[in-house]
Amino acid sequence: MRRVVVTGVGMVSPLGCGAETTWKRILNGESGARKIEKFDVSDLPCKIAMPIPREGEGAFNPDDWMDAKEAKRVDEFIVYAVSAATQALQDADWKPTSEEDQCRTGTMIGSGIGGLEGIADTAITLKEKGPRRVSPFFITGRLINLASGYVSIQHGLKGPNHAVVTACSTGAHAIGDAARLIALDDADVMVAGGAESAINRLGIAGFAACRALSTSFNDEPTKASRPYDKDRDGFVMGEGAGVVVLEEYEHAKARGAKIYGEVVGYGLSGDAYHITAPPEDGNGGYRSMQAALKRAGISASDLDYVNAHGTSTMADTIELGAVSRLLGNAVSKVSMSSTKSSIGHLLGAAGAVEAIFCLLAMRDSKLPPTLNLDNPAVETEIDLVPNRAVDKEVNYALSNSFGFGGTNASLVMKKVTD
Amino acid sequence: MSEDIAERLKKIVVEHLGVDADKVTENASFIDDLGADSLDNVELVMAFEEEFGVEIPDDAAEKILTVKDAIEFVKSNQS
Repeated sequence: MRRVVVTGVGMVSPLGCGAETTWKRILNGESGARKIEKFDVSDLPCKIAMPIPREGEGAFNPDDWMDAKEAKRVDEFIVYAVSAATQALQDADWKPTSEEDQCRTGTMIGSGIGGLEGIADTAITLKEKGPRRVSPFFITGRLINLASGYVSIQHGLKGPNHAVVTACSTGAHAIGDAARLIALDDADVMVAGGAESAINRLGIAGFAACRALSTSFNDEPTKASRPYDKDRDGFVMGEGAGVVVLEEYEHAKARGAKIYGEVVGYGLSGDAYHITAPPEDGNGGYRSMQAALKRAGISASDLDYVNAHGTSTMADTIELGAVSRLLGNAVSKVSMSSTKSSIGHLLGAAGAVEAIFCLLAMRDSKLPPTLNLDNPAVETEIDLVPNRAVDKEVNYALSNSFGFGGTNASLVMKKVTD
Repeated sequence: MSEDIAERLKKIVVEHLGVDADKVTENASFIDDLGADSLDNVELVMAFEEEFGVEIPDDAAEKILTVKDAIEFVKSNQS
């Protein structure tokens, strides 16, 4: 099979617009959490989130990335996706203009939920004013695959135009599936990742109703996302997008592209257990990690860093148990952290931004910290990188993403030296 | 009053199509001169209905091709 490398990264995160901005602030131990001011939270049990900054350091301005007229017609996940994809293509210095290059470049950007806010608002319009007031752009501005659609149109990408929807595994599945399209020669370049914008009243009400969100730290937002800590009580919702440019290795080398790393392993599995909870023994996550290692042709002891799914919920320790079993005697060699402690849970974008953090960790030989890990809920020999970034050489990194419905994805990335 | 309608209507066109105000002349065609597509036209008609409190049936909307057509329709149908 053909080899697949990452030649560009792009990101919109609660710590700012841009992968480098976000990465620098994560290594500084910063948190994007704050009280929700965008809408009324007086009757919601969760009053905090990690929204995209619109002012201050790393401020995101939609006008920089998308025609204002178009941006008004779509939910924000599409604007975030277009921004992250444009950043990634610029970073990769890949601008397909010939018919052949355009036809060999595709896109696969997913979302967990899609245009929730637009659906909620339009449902009210329908009820109050009737169907004649429903916008002709209601459908096209909410559909999940329109993130890929807009990116394809804006950048002239005529290869595979696809989208993934697997809840919180979306970003990882998108990168894994897109890499396979390149490996199988359906494309030479794929713009892949995930985007999400669910910080609205309906999104918070919905996730709070299924008891997934943190509710005990409304007065101290930056303390709320605390994976593996004994006081964790749910995730903090983030938003944004992560997109990578995946490229066939020889194609990248021939044009002298900068290479962040190689996607060497990808594993998928299903829990077949429960709609929101993983089985106590974490066997679904274990099997997806095992499948990714097998595909990569390495053993668990070759790993240097694991970017955990670690959402700051009860399931953290289940994942930790599965990783411990996978590592066996190598537990003390491997570090594992959850960047959700800094940027929250980006749902469908999580797997994509976290894959990018793995690549940047490899590049800089630095591991991002797990913030607020003051009192670990369980004892472990795995270094969970508590509270401070550390220096460590990373040759192999694994990123886990698990989603509602019992869907699991693991990616293995390798530093490219040859 | 009629000038007011024209100005208000042109403002809607500028906002929805993201075009320069000086391009929105009375003879300008939404599709040929202002870059609108069929979905833009549907949205424009909705905005006119909202702004002027008129109902523009689909068969009438199909005949509104220029800024002038829209102004005329509103003038003769506004109560």
